[in-house]
Amino acid sequence: MYVWIWRHLPGTTGLRVLQAVLLVAAVCALLLFVVFPVVEPRLPANPITGPGTVGQ
Amino acid sequence: MTSEQSRGGWDFSSDAATPAGALVDVEEPPAAAGRHSSPPPAPPRGPVTGGGGPRYGGGGGRPDGGDALRTVLRGVGQLLITAGMVLLLFVVYELWVSNLFAERKQQQVHQQLATEWRTGQDPLKGQDRLNLPIGKQVVLPVGDGFANLYIPQFGKDFVKTIVQGTDDASLDKGPGHYVNSQLPGQIGNFALAGHRVGKGEPFLNLDQLHPGDKIIVQTASNWYVYTVLGNVQAYNAALKLTNASARSTAIANALAATDSQGVPGREIVSPGAIQVVAPVPDHPDQTPTRALLTLTTCHPKYTANQRMIVHAVLTRSVPNKGSGLPRELPGGTL
Repeated sequence: MYVWIWRHLPGTTGLRVLQAVLLVAAVCALLLFVVFPVVEPRLPANPITGPGTVGQ
Repeated sequence: MTSEQSRGGWDFSSDAATPAGALVDVEEPPAAAGRHSSPPPAPPRGPVTGGGGPRYGGGGGRPDGGDALRTVLRGVGQLLITAGMVLLLFVVYELWVSNLFAERKQQQVHQQLATEWRTGQDPLKGQDRLNLPIGKQVVLPVGDGFANLYIPQFGKDFVKTIVQGTDDASLDKGPGHYVNSQLPGQIGNFALAGHRVGKGEPFLNLDQLHPGDKIIVQTASNWYVYTVLGNVQAYNAALKLTNASARSTAIANALAATDSQGVPGREIVSPGAIQVVAPVPDHPDQTPTRALLTLTTCHPKYTANQRMIVHAVLTRSVPNKGSGLPRELPGGTL
């Protein structure tokens, strides 16, 4: 997968490294600020607070 | 791209395994050479893929079984590494990014409450009198702020707006009030829950509270000063001990000491121990005579196996007028 992406990045090695870094940063930002906030409350491992439990 | 069509999008098999790989080889060098006078058309094909051309004799043949297996294994390996990185990133989210989101929500409820107070809209609407008896509860909207919590031991500027409710969404905003427990200053138990690590972590340092420490609650009409229970003399004596482990044991004992009604300063309980937020903590059958405050949070840090509970008793209250602070707070005069 990573080899495939690397090969499809245009430009010189320097440009490719830059693009790769930007891609990684974009994926991290997407996960941290969009995906995790949505997914996290649905995870079963989340500490349960509700009737019968003392919260958090 | 051509290889995309031939192998189907996200496939992580190397191009070396497909005839299309040869096309890329052909296409790339001219582009690179045009921009840069970079060396020969031996692009970063790398040792990883082993050079497609020679192996497949010009790119016409299908990979044999061993190569297909290698491709699959490499793909699985990369997928597992990726999953590991995503999980690590999730830890970063839980410990750090979730605080950024929670801090913003806390600021919103804090400012909303300040605006309500400024315009004379007290969410407690006349229910908030000094030392109210236990009785009829005012119904507060879940998720809305109605009081401020000051704990000087957590830092000079530690102030959090308390919201109604202990559901996940409310606790994301700040310390949450157990809806069936009493209100600030009321006879009974004003019980709050807060996150220990992440999501604003208002009660991160709950283990730093000691007998005699002050916890101050501000409502639109009053300041309520609560004092952490436990044996203050034993705590002060424990501070003089030089042996570190003996000292921490003595401090824990001073905190665990119960008062005349059987309420300790601090206790560690299982998550199901709801009696700690009863009007008389740990004694649900008794009738309350004092105004208590209870803070609950996860324990130990980073886990949810147990709950750390701190109990405090109302020792003083003054009307909340103007911008004056109670003298238990830095710069306070009231």
